[in-house]
Amino acid sequence: MSGSTMKAQSPSVATPVPGQPVNPTGVRQYDVEAVNRGKKPKLYKGREPIYPRRVEGRFRTLKWWIMAVTLTIYYVTPWIRWDRGPYAPDQAVLVDLANRRFFFFVIEIWPQEFFYVAGLLIMAGIGLFLVTSAVGRAWCGYACPQTVWTDLFIWVERLVIGDRNARIKLDNSPWTARKARLKASVHGIWILIAIATGGAWIFYFADAPTLAAQFLRGEAAPTAYITVAVLTFTTYSLGGLMREQVCTYMCPWPRIQAAMMDEHSLTVTYNDWRGEPRSRHQKRLQREGTATGDCIDCNACVAVCPAGIDIRDGQQLQCITCALCIDACDDVMTKIGKPRGLISYTTLSDYAANTARAATEGLAVARAKQVLPGWREVMRPRVFLYFGLWSLIGIGMLVAVIARDRLDLSVAHDRNPRYVQLSDGSIRNGYTVKIMNMEPTPRTFDFGLVGLPGGLMWSPEIVDEPARRFAVEVPPDQVREFRVFVKAHPDDLEAIPDPFAFRTFEMGGGRDSSQTDAVFEAPQ
Amino acid sequence: MSAEKKHVDEPTGVETTGHVWDGIRELNNPLPRWWLWILYATIVWSVIYMVLYPAIPLLKQATPGLLGYSTREVLEKDLTRVAESRTELDSRIASMSLDEIADDPTLLDYAQRSGASSFKLVCVQCHGSGATGSQELGYPNLNDDAWLWGGTREQIFTTISHGVRNDTDPAAHTSIMPAFGAMGLLNRRQINDVTDYVLSLSGADHDAEAATAGKATYEAQCAVCHGATGEGNQDVGAPRLNDALWLYGGSHAAIVAQVTEPRLGVMPAWQDYFDDATRKKLALYVYSLGGGQ
Repeated sequence: MSGSTMKAQSPSVATPVPGQPVNPTGVRQYDVEAVNRGKKPKLYKGREPIYPRRVEGRFRTLKWWIMAVTLTIYYVTPWIRWDRGPYAPDQAVLVDLANRRFFFFVIEIWPQEFFYVAGLLIMAGIGLFLVTSAVGRAWCGYACPQTVWTDLFIWVERLVIGDRNARIKLDNSPWTARKARLKASVHGIWILIAIATGGAWIFYFADAPTLAAQFLRGEAAPTAYITVAVLTFTTYSLGGLMREQVCTYMCPWPRIQAAMMDEHSLTVTYNDWRGEPRSRHQKRLQREGTATGDCIDCNACVAVCPAGIDIRDGQQLQCITCALCIDACDDVMTKIGKPRGLISYTTLSDYAANTARAATEGLAVARAKQVLPGWREVMRPRVFLYFGLWSLIGIGMLVAVIARDRLDLSVAHDRNPRYVQLSDGSIRNGYTVKIMNMEPTPRTFDFGLVGLPGGLMWSPEIVDEPARRFAVEVPPDQVREFRVFVKAHPDDLEAIPDPFAFRTFEMGGGRDSSQTDAVFEAPQ
Repeated sequence: MSAEKKHVDEPTGVETTGHVWDGIRELNNPLPRWWLWILYATIVWSVIYMVLYPAIPLLKQATPGLLGYSTREVLEKDLTRVAESRTELDSRIASMSLDEIADDPTLLDYAQRSGASSFKLVCVQCHGSGATGSQELGYPNLNDDAWLWGGTREQIFTTISHGVRNDTDPAAHTSIMPAFGAMGLLNRRQINDVTDYVLSLSGADHDAEAATAGKATYEAQCAVCHGATGEGNQDVGAPRLNDALWLYGGSHAAIVAQVTEPRLGVMPAWQDYFDDATRKKLALYVYSLGGGQ
């Protein structure tokens, strides 16, 4: 078959560009080595630069979308306004460390309610288990900030310098004004992105518009500048310079995830039963009657890999399953008229089944019947178990948040003296009362005694006249602490000490109420 | 060099270190170079730290460091700062009347807390940590509503400033109850009867016959200070006798003992020790214990 007839038969094959190496099959040949392939050991090893080539395909498109969504959430969230009335901040998501409040849209969390945040963290943990057991290391490949920012930084490189070859060429060229300009532009844009990343972070902790103005005028707190500086440094160095080193050496998560994988977990797999023996000279070998696999050894999978590995070496620690090699290989397979899926998301058990079928029934049958991942891989007991657990915690927290009281009453009996005898023969007990008004509106609460017949109380700060109940005004979103003296005649007591309760409820039609047990001490 | 052949891990082609756990061998992968840089950076940091801050322990003290940092100085600065922050509040307290302070919630809160702290320093020795006093020892309870020398803020302040029956302050509260028994002013029978009469004033258990007999003695000897109905007199520190509270005990025997040979409480004049502001804060604290009038 001559080159021209082949072109006519399969028009998708790329026209060879002059000066570019071409695989004997007709597609472009990449001259690339997997830089992180095992080599002879040295004591220390510098990072070898990786130049991922641009790729298009299903997974790349998905990654662009996830990047757009996650970055938008990160940068936009602090600027969303949320009206809570005149007594609370109008920022939808705000971690108010100074006042120890956490605002999340309709939810306001006080320090003693921090278990909700702990619950969210537990959900995030189980959520990672859930995702890992359903679709493998999807977190690493798509949503992890390290992956997203690295992707963004590579996009900047490509925009300024060009794709893989241009970048390699520039790095290998001697220093010229052009090289300096391009390098400065790339690093400059990286630093701008890094500053914006750190800058967005601080807006979660203060009123964003106010802080932005203060920050630009140089009037913000030193903590703000230090935080931005630290995050700028980490974003620039981790996203721009360290990249895959973070995933391979720093991050514990790949190790934990590796422990969570089993033979039914989806992972990016090179189907060697179909690809091997690989050859760049397929047509010649086929003419000679030698068996060849589907892999034409074009190295496209290696050229696009941001982790610098060769997926054909099998499952590797460094692989973050970003699936860009799938996109690259699918593209090549389409061009040479072979079915897609030489590199695919596959479980180990499916891979073993395919390999066995290829050995017994032959490559053609196995390729035709190649099992590609579907719902079957996702819907399995483990996934349901994690999902059940995850939902249970979520629903539990939701119910708790909806049902929780925005009022709390706590009472501490005086330890010393436990009681005081008064001149009219009655007994007085002292209590320190705290009423928490956890709503951002000033509220008035009725505060009264339950039980303790004949008992009367007063509070020096609120009312001097002894009574069974009185009104307490509590400022918005605050705790009001006050002293209460309760007096009763020993003849009226039912027991010593006499158990009774303080009760408080919102006046004016509010639903919140709270009751706390207390005791009245008296001499035996 | 060891003649032992290096073990090479087959799948990775990497030498192993020779460490084996449960058949698992440790790969001898090279460390990333940035890791090495971080190690160097920490070493440089430690050297800079040792030069700038106290670091190496010597016989008497550690090397001081170029910055001259010391935790003791930091503490002293903190204490000075706190003292300075109090100066302003204390000068306001000194210049205001007790009732004016009581109307300012912030100032009152500070005064009561500060007063509580001074109370723990010099008052608890007699009045107790809960300010409950002691009936056996005859120290008054400051929580209740009975006051020998008055329970308004000003009266409490005066008592604290000048004390009771001391010879250091001419303005100290002074009064005396005669030792009716010891000095032979009343005989045992009279004392017994007057005791029953005193018990009857507050409705306590008593011998009605003896009480009737003691009434005349009471009116002649006691009413001048304790009042016709036993209502007491704060001008002379004469306690109320018609209430449920007894400074030295309310039993028949305790009252007989007090009439026979009275105990007379004393208290130092605190103006010799404390400035105006501190005594005001003490007065406001004592007032807040529940019995203030």
